[in-house]
Amino acid sequence: MEEAIKYMAEITAAPLMYGRRIQKETGRRVVGYVCSYTPEEIIIAAGAHPLRLFGPMGELECVDTHLQSYCCSVVRGILETGLKGDADFLAGMVFPHTCDSIQRLSDLWRINVTHGFHLDLVLPVKLNTDSARKYYLDVLRRFRMELGKKLGVDIGDEALRKAYETLREIRRLLAGIYELRSANPTLLSGDDLLTIVKAAMIMDRREASDLLQRVATGLKAKIEAHKSLPESVNSSPPQEKEIKRLVLAGGICNHPRLHGMIEAAGGAVVWDDMCTGARYFQTAGPGIESDGSTAAGKGDTMAAIAERYLNREVCPAKHNGLTSRAEAIISLVREKQARGVILLHLKFCDPHAFDYPYLKNALDRENIPHLMLEIEDPLPAEGQLRTRFEAFLEMF
Amino acid sequence: MATNIDKEKRKIKSVKKMKEIMTLYYIDAKTAADNGKKVAWITSGGPVEPLIAMDIIPVYPENHGAMIGAAKMGVDLCEKAEAMGYAGDLCSYARSDISCATVNGGPIGGLPRPDLLVCGNNICGTVLKWYEIQARYFDVPLFIFDTPFCHTAFHPEMRRYVRTQIDEYIVFLESATGKKLDRDRMVEVGRLSVEGQRLWQAVLDTTINKPAPMSAFDAFFHLALIVTLRGTRQAVDYYQELLAEMNQRVRDGIGAVPRESYRLLWDNLPIWYRTKWLSDKFAAHDACLVADTYTSAWCGSLRYMDENDFLTSMAEGYTRIYLNIGVDEMARMVGEMVDKYDVDGLVMHSNRSCKPYSFGQYDIRKIVEDGKGIPSLIIEADMCDERNFSESQIEMRIEAFIEMLKQKDGQ
Repeated sequence: MEEAIKYMAEITAAPLMYGRRIQKETGRRVVGYVCSYTPEEIIIAAGAHPLRLFGPMGELECVDTHLQSYCCSVVRGILETGLKGDADFLAGMVFPHTCDSIQRLSDLWRINVTHGFHLDLVLPVKLNTDSARKYYLDVLRRFRMELGKKLGVDIGDEALRKAYETLREIRRLLAGIYELRSANPTLLSGDDLLTIVKAAMIMDRREASDLLQRVATGLKAKIEAHKSLPESVNSSPPQEKEIKRLVLAGGICNHPRLHGMIEAAGGAVVWDDMCTGARYFQTAGPGIESDGSTAAGKGDTMAAIAERYLNREVCPAKHNGLTSRAEAIISLVREKQARGVILLHLKFCDPHAFDYPYLKNALDRENIPHLMLEIEDPLPAEGQLRTRFEAFLEMF
Repeated sequence: MATNIDKEKRKIKSVKKMKEIMTLYYIDAKTAADNGKKVAWITSGGPVEPLIAMDIIPVYPENHGAMIGAAKMGVDLCEKAEAMGYAGDLCSYARSDISCATVNGGPIGGLPRPDLLVCGNNICGTVLKWYEIQARYFDVPLFIFDTPFCHTAFHPEMRRYVRTQIDEYIVFLESATGKKLDRDRMVEVGRLSVEGQRLWQAVLDTTINKPAPMSAFDAFFHLALIVTLRGTRQAVDYYQELLAEMNQRVRDGIGAVPRESYRLLWDNLPIWYRTKWLSDKFAAHDACLVADTYTSAWCGSLRYMDENDFLTSMAEGYTRIYLNIGVDEMARMVGEMVDKYDVDGLVMHSNRSCKPYSFGQYDIRKIVEDGKGIPSLIIEADMCDERNFSESQIEMRIEAFIEMLKQKDGQ
């Protein structure tokens, strides 16, 4: 298990290098994407490899002549990747429509990055009406057709069903690992858990599935080993009882040591509502029977893919009711027996920043302690962060 | 004395009428409840015509934001919003309006309470969040008019989706008001809307003349009716008068600035708290901002509108507006404006409050500079939040830009 995690950490540290390698070694075309609303199933079914871009942190060389400084670091970083030519091995890029910044990122990539194809998935913004649901499915169908054209392949139903099942398995494995760790937070560090989820967005998905299986088996073995200890040493490690269980909510976590700092301060994130976390695997998606029918009735795989997105918690750039995010976070806190919430915001991320006061009030009403942390690039000094976590956790 | 006469001559007479109309409009809106009328808050790019047809008073928080900015009350209200937990990087219209609702502050003591909210996201994603916040605060129904972004195309499924929403919107309004939409009245309102937009375009086009009879700063002011009263006879009448006045000025050779040597194009929202300062600054250098991408957005999608089938055509008209299209398409339109208004330079307001309008400006600038061979100036500021306005720096940039224009002129 440790080996698998180490391998995934290497990949997450250098996703572009991995993408380049996949392209070179397997000859498969690599398709980059920018957000968890990308239907990876369709890319895989086209025989290509979906690779999520996160963007580099720190000093950027090329982006300043295209994007203002008041744009978030993720969007600036991804554009930098394109402008510098670091993604020149990509067969193309996919841009799902979410926030205003990603929307313009798509334009700027199309205008300035000449290699590879460029596809937009102009998803609906509201997801809770019949016409929006219908339009969602139309957008996916167009994407399937356009991607097939760009790659010169026919994306068949059987390939799509297989890809769907592969991803469904990954999502189930990730959810399982989250469950195991939520029950025993010391089993696996939060930073490792983040690595695992991110790796699943980067790696060959079959390989990812195997590795996740190994991690899940490893975690179960650890639990068994602990159970088989004599009674006196059993009853979970002493520190486990004192761990302050937390839920993390926000967009993208680009801080590789964030969880370590929370854990050093006596806390542990036992579940999240993050784009780089549970939203990636949340709801495995309806199962598809061999006759092509889904839990939602007789339908095709495309309908199942759409349904998963429509049932998943939303990114706040999308609308699914006025209070759905607050309700979801509060019920996560209850369900996972967490004691507090950390809201992790990326500076200049408008959708999350607009939600903050209402989430704050909702959490206050429920007497759930919370901490809002705005992450800038460059990252704040670790000492400063640790002090904030310590002060927050002392409140409990 | 001569200067005073000159100044008097240059004043646009319709201003007085516009002020009267807007005052009456706000009195009407603020007393709506007493008169048994419903009030809908709606975004500036939202589909207002069905509201007019149903006798619902449309109120525009963005217009209110502009008034707050012009009254220099933006900073105070933005700070109040920040104390509520809203980040200082968020849209200053949204911040001002959100805090204003809780204190009934601002230049007109707050907007009348809405009975319903209509959010058209063709201008940005910010309005979605803003209207969600107000829907929670006022506990009133919200209709989201979701117009898919047209990076490169307006696909048939987009058309279907938006067209279906127009029907849903009417059902929403009928259920909120308890009465049926009068289809004949809707047809009439649709015609008036298209006529108003045509007239507004005609007013803006009078600046093709040299000297331009009005400037973009005047357009920022006279814009109010095409935003708030689009679809009414009042707006049509007003713009007819304004057009007549502008045509007369053209015949009389009266320009917006005393000596028009340089003709400039403005991009992005106005800097509301500094319009006079900027207008004077440019005029002092004999430069006139003859056109802008902002006020023309309220007539820019006329080509998709069909007055004989308004409800259907508005699906496309409202979706393909200036801000809901790709950066390259925007650059193409800016280029067209450069030619149409015979512009010597481009002035871009990089507006911290408006990401969809500002991100992409650097590329538009380059495309236009390269394609049209004209220089450009970027002003870093914010439409409402004065804390993001550095006078000395902007003054220096304007001077340097004018120098560039002069040098080019001398060549």
